[in-house]
Amino acid sequence: MTVRFGGVVALDGVDLSVPAGRVMGVIGPNGAGKTTLFNVVCGFVRPEAGTVRWKGRVLRSHRPHQVAELGIARTLQGLGLFPELTVLENVLVGATTQARTGLLSAFLALPRADHEEQTQRERAMERLEAFGIAELADRPVHAVDHGSRKRTVLARALLNRPELLLLDEPAAGLSAREISELAEILPELAISIVLVEHHMDFVMSVCQDVVVLDFGREIARGTPDEIRSNPAVIAAYLGGETGPDA
Amino acid sequence: MKRLRVTAARALRLTVVRHGLAALAGLALVLVVSAVLPSYRNFQLAELSYLVCATAGLTFLAGPGGQISVGQGAFMAIGAYTTALVINHQHWNLAAALLSALVVAACVGLLLGLATARLRGLYLATLTLALAVALPALVNVRGLSGILEGSNGLSVLASPPPAVLGADFSTPRWQAWVTGFCAVVTLWFLANLGRSRYGRSMRAARDDEAAAALSGVNVARVRLLAFVVAAACGGLGGGLLAWVTSLASPGAFSLNLSFGLLAAAILGGLGSLAGAVWGSLLLVVVSSVTSDLSSGSRLPIDVANNLPGAVYGVVLIVVMMTFPGGLHQGYRWISSRIPALVRRSRPPGDGAGRGSGR
Amino acid sequence: MVRFLNLTLAGITDGMIFATIALALVMIFRATRVINFAQGAMMMLTTFVGWTVQDRTGSYWLALGCALAAGLVLGTLVERVFIRPVENGPELNAAVVALGLIVLINALASMIWGSTPRAYPVPFSLRGYSVGGVRLLLSPNDLFTIGMVAFTMTALVLLFRRTALGLRMRAGAYSPELARLLGVRVGATLTIGWALAGLIGALAGVLIAPVVFLGPDQFDTVLVYGFTAAIIGGLESPVGSVVGGLLLGCTLSYVSGYAGSEVTSLGACAVLLVALMARPSGLFGPATGRRV
Repeated sequence: MTVRFGGVVALDGVDLSVPAGRVMGVIGPNGAGKTTLFNVVCGFVRPEAGTVRWKGRVLRSHRPHQVAELGIARTLQGLGLFPELTVLENVLVGATTQARTGLLSAFLALPRADHEEQTQRERAMERLEAFGIAELADRPVHAVDHGSRKRTVLARALLNRPELLLLDEPAAGLSAREISELAEILPELAISIVLVEHHMDFVMSVCQDVVVLDFGREIARGTPDEIRSNPAVIAAYLGGETGPDA
Repeated sequence: MKRLRVTAARALRLTVVRHGLAALAGLALVLVVSAVLPSYRNFQLAELSYLVCATAGLTFLAGPGGQISVGQGAFMAIGAYTTALVINHQHWNLAAALLSALVVAACVGLLLGLATARLRGLYLATLTLALAVALPALVNVRGLSGILEGSNGLSVLASPPPAVLGADFSTPRWQAWVTGFCAVVTLWFLANLGRSRYGRSMRAARDDEAAAALSGVNVARVRLLAFVVAAACGGLGGGLLAWVTSLASPGAFSLNLSFGLLAAAILGGLGSLAGAVWGSLLLVVVSSVTSDLSSGSRLPIDVANNLPGAVYGVVLIVVMMTFPGGLHQGYRWISSRIPALVRRSRPPGDGAGRGSGR
Repeated sequence: MVRFLNLTLAGITDGMIFATIALALVMIFRATRVINFAQGAMMMLTTFVGWTVQDRTGSYWLALGCALAAGLVLGTLVERVFIRPVENGPELNAAVVALGLIVLINALASMIWGSTPRAYPVPFSLRGYSVGGVRLLLSPNDLFTIGMVAFTMTALVLLFRRTALGLRMRAGAYSPELARLLGVRVGATLTIGWALAGLIGALAGVLIAPVVFLGPDQFDTVLVYGFTAAIIGGLESPVGSVVGGLLLGCTLSYVSGYAGSEVTSLGACAVLLVALMARPSGLFGPATGRRV
């Protein structure tokens, strides 16, 4: 599995490939181009040069909703939930690409649409139970606490059964206990994960590989231990004008 | 006996059964109301029903779709003229004519929706407003004015009630039946769609476009769907209007109609189909009550004619200020307060709840 | 060639009026993020005030003054009484209140003045100048119109750029909370914004009334033209609304001159559609990228 980039304004010659089944962390000061990286993969931003490759296929004019169909899920910085929908409905939106019943079934409320809905509902509830928020399922998402919202986001991303999960600041705003719970959940998923995060302890404990970006360039990569002792990284974080948020 | 109950419970779990029962209840209600009302009031029932069709489309567009259209009157005009033309020239029967009104309006909606796919919120509203002003002017364009009869409009050949119902069956009652049936079916379709995964995708796209796309929702497509559905409802409503009033004329589709429909959708509470009925009912009741009042007293003709408009404008403003979520929200608010008031008369408990949330 | 020139001249005069309406809409949108659907109805009401004064006293200028004063008062009143309570709600709510105002004002105007369109006088001759024996579609009255609009725009630009009030208004529109923290009385500046928009609308009403006549429904089409001009201009920029108004005025003049006046409003619709397809947030609006 290879994902390649190059030469976006915010990203200068970054080349990144995600090995199957591993958790990779992308870190760097604010404005380093981490989120832009995700935006290129998801088709929100077109790279000026370079390609995105997924399972050997080059993605050129892909749109965000097609990326989901390919088996790539992504969470957004700052939640990206649907505030008026309930927790369960929010998660169910994640099952969109799995749905097979069409418009006619929807208009006529055919039983097969009901059956499909029921199956997806059960899967979504399983997910919610696994994350310990099943009892909040019918609450509107604007009425639950931040930690539960973060779990809802993750549950929704996982419902499409993705093979690659892109997480944008999954730990932001979580308590120390919730962060350690998240750190336990992620490796158990056994899918490829790329995460952008400012919380260093979390990154170091969860990720097998870490890539450091600064001003759109890759300045280091390696295992968490290598990164921790890398002088270039220390310079970027301590010597740069902007420090990490966390 | 027990097995029967189990089967019934299982059947009730199916959307098609629940919505179907609700629709049957709606049809029964139409029949009962039509039988209770005197013949001339049945005309108002028919009026209410075609307004419900058009308003429900707007409600759907504004609720799950998250878009507002000020141009529903334009789609009604399209439906009305289509109906008039196919009935007068092709001698189609009523069902086919109404269906063609729906389809033509949906097609125009599709084209416009494709052209405006990137427009949001107030920009789309303004474009639909322009459409509502410009479209009725088409009837005076050279080449078309011959077919569409200019500002006078097309009169639609009347179709008497079917012979089965008896020779002296009143025409308004027959019209109320047909339009009531169409309104119930429209609401049924919209309820199904709104409850389906498409409805959910629409609401998701409305709340957060990027997040919906990343979850696999084709945002452009569900938006287009909402727009086309609203246009189709408008077309059907317009077709019914032309049939009930025997006339398709540009004057019937003034800007005031479009404003009125949007107001009805909003007064009734966006996103709630029941609200579309309340809103339309309010339109009909306010105009009928004020015109009764003004014709009873000796007011100057200019004042009497415009009293409904004034009352209606005031109602619109006041309701919007009092209940920003519309009448339906007001109804929910009241019905949630009454138990609270009852509870307050007893010793206080700790089940105060979490407040209103918004 | 003369015909083309004449159509262009007529287009510029109309365009200036559209630009004025657009300017009123832009003022309000910038200040309160509300599209004032009721602008047309408000214009109609103030123009009727002017018409009544004109009818009683026979003085065009007194009538103009009264219409403008009525615009200021009406703008203030509408903001204070109707818009302020719904301002912090969803953007739809203010739009609906504006719709309610249209219905209400239209009904009131029909009650007071009846629904028959009335003629509105002009202060100067409508006889076009002739140059070298060719009669141009440019009359002293057209020059008066253009001059009034140009004067108003200059005054507005100076107000925004050069005065403390203009700075406060811009700050209030940019970030109400921040402006409030810095001691700007945002509420007051919003009211002033609406009052000024009412004034500008009143001017546009008096200028357009001789052309389209004066009646409760007479300004619907003109309002749509104003909207179109404002949207072409991006709803944010006063310069944009002038350019939008002129573009629209000329286009409609050509459409009406070459294709027939029945299709003018369709022409406006088409211009709006094309402009929005090219730039969904208007020609002078912010080129917003998608924020993810």
